[in-house]
Amino acid sequence: MISLAGRDILHAWGKFIFTGVGLGLLIGVTLTMAGVYRGMVDDGKVLLDNSGADLWVVQKDTLGPYAESSSVPDDLWRSVRAMPGVSQAVNITYLTMQVRRGTEDVRAMVVGITAGEPGAPGWPPHLVGGRQITRGHYEAVADLATGFRIGDVLSIRRNRYTVVGLTRRMVSSSGDPMIFVPLKDAQEAQFLKDNDAILMQRRRTTANPAFNRPGAPDLLDAVIASQTGNSYVNAILVRIRPGFTSQEVAEPIRRWKRLTVYDRAQMEGILIGKLIATSARQIGMFLVILAVVSAAIVAFIIYTLTMDKIREIAVLKLIGTRNRTIAAMILQQSIVLGVIGFVVGKIAATFAAPMFPKYVLLVPIDSIRGFLAVLGICTLASVVAIRMALKVDPAEAIG
Amino acid sequence: MGTRGIRIEKLSKRFGEGDTAVLALKNVNMQVAPGEVVGLIGPSGSGKSTLLKCLGAVIDPTSGRMTLDDTVIYDDGWKVRDLRALRRDKIGFVFQAPYLIPFLDATDNVALLPMLAGVPNEDARRRALELLTALDVQHRARAMPSQLSGGEQQRVAIARGLVNRPPVILADEPTAPLDSERAMAVVRILNDMARRFETAIIVVTHDEKIIPTFRRIYHIRDGVTHEEAGEGRDFERPLHAVAAS
Ligand SMILES: Nc1ncnc2c1ncn2[C@@H]1O[C@H](COP(=O)(O)OP(=O)(O)OP(=O)(O)O)[C@@H](O)[C@H]1O
Ligand SMILES: [Mg+2]
Repeated sequence: MISLAGRDILHAWGKFIFTGVGLGLLIGVTLTMAGVYRGMVDDGKVLLDNSGADLWVVQKDTLGPYAESSSVPDDLWRSVRAMPGVSQAVNITYLTMQVRRGTEDVRAMVVGITAGEPGAPGWPPHLVGGRQITRGHYEAVADLATGFRIGDVLSIRRNRYTVVGLTRRMVSSSGDPMIFVPLKDAQEAQFLKDNDAILMQRRRTTANPAFNRPGAPDLLDAVIASQTGNSYVNAILVRIRPGFTSQEVAEPIRRWKRLTVYDRAQMEGILIGKLIATSARQIGMFLVILAVVSAAIVAFIIYTLTMDKIREIAVLKLIGTRNRTIAAMILQQSIVLGVIGFVVGKIAATFAAPMFPKYVLLVPIDSIRGFLAVLGICTLASVVAIRMALKVDPAEAIG
Repeated sequence: MGTRGIRIEKLSKRFGEGDTAVLALKNVNMQVAPGEVVGLIGPSGSGKSTLLKCLGAVIDPTSGRMTLDDTVIYDDGWKVRDLRALRRDKIGFVFQAPYLIPFLDATDNVALLPMLAGVPNEDARRRALELLTALDVQHRARAMPSQLSGGEQQRVAIARGLVNRPPVILADEPTAPLDSERAMAVVRILNDMARRFETAIIVVTHDEKIIPTFRRIYHIRDGVTHEEAGEGRDFERPLHAVAAS
């Protein structure tokens, strides 16, 4: 027996390729959508991986430092380090802001890292070029995605930094590339007041008789110094000693230091379950709509292709073709259309993914699921056409 | 009582209901023996196609009785469950227009029938090609229907009607678009089939060239038939003999 579906496709290949490509673009969008979601999850995981931390110590009752703002005193890390099971504890600041690059600016997450050695929590784990920060001020390590190159000068607030090293795929949970600067500089950037604000506050403090006492001139200086200084960071990253569980280490810090402590699993839960949850639902809705639209379009195309063949189907029935054979022909064509669409869509998504501003991660399991969904949709879509074909009266063919 | 061939008794067919009803066949009686080719002639609208369609299980008669190849297929209602299988296995139909499958070439349009009956592709194609050769279209065997002339399409359609060597062949104006030489070839092949495979054949025609070749003719007018003897004139020597198999 010859393949009726195959012969018809060969005969009208232009129509099939054309509709297949159209369908493919739709499938491509769907796959890319799934990739956008995967990319968001991956951004979150990459952020946690690259931080090199086992525990995040943040302000009490906050979901900091990524999902909510958090500030803890910058001298607290010493006592955290002294807690049992803690191997390293370092300050860190995160601030998402616009960083000037020449005449334009890029959105980036500025990370303040403590002076120390590479490999400490918070430090970029590996560079693709240049070196790590060695000086306490005005050096920066930037992610390639910021567009900076080694030797470039970038401005954060009032200060200028020279880029000495480059990273790849160091991003915040919302996909903004990171710029690492020394902690002191970052603290200044985050909590820095502009000159006018400082002057205003100084004037107010001076005018306050409680601080400006005639008998104690040093008091005013001390108060002003404490107001201008910035002694907060966003979180303390903790690495635990081998042999301790995160639970064992986190519990005493929570109890004694009155801080909130998250381990890796909890942090992932916050990033994926809370920070990107709305976006994920948004994408989920899109996926549902796209799937429904694709299904409707496949159904419509298959229906139209079958309508065009009513005559032939009637003749096939007239010469004794079984319903099974006719149904198989329509189903096979529907599936071929789906396969063409899937291949086109997969190729389109693969080529389009790098062009997106944020990370689009195409994972094989999504492709497999997508393929199965396409097959399912095509099968369902052909049901309508098959039902119609089986109702055709052979007598109609010969009018 | 066994009746090989075709037997039609009191067959009626009414189209529509009430005032607009058309009585296309009125108590038609007809009998065709195995190995016999009979002509069915009558003016346009007299009910010729309707008769063939009823007999070919394409449309439902209104009443009467039809027997095909020893089987009562209709007796005031269909007596066969699978009409499609009946058409495939018992009846070769040549319609008034070719109705070829546009996405199959000439050979496969013919070979599809034996393939549907389970004959291997190569055997089916060989049988198809033999018939196309006998009908003088073997040179267009690989052409698609849209590339064939009307007469070529008609000959492919005739080959399709004959290829399964059914016990009954119903041909509705098979020679209308053909020149006299090729029309004669068709008549020759039909007679050859009838003789060799004991086929009962009804040929509807207006074609003056072929009417004299029938030994028996049914005339039909306003849905009523009457039988008369034909001339049974001999036809010239074959163009190509039907390959024996
Ligand atoms: N589907 C139908 N519905 C209603 N009337 C029909 C239908 N088919 C045929 N008729 C009528 O039945 C009568 C017989 O038609 P039929 O097609 O059998 O004629 P015919 O003898 O084959 O004519 P022709 O030589 O023109 O092919 C005509 O009056 C026709 O109008
Ligand atoms: Mg007719």
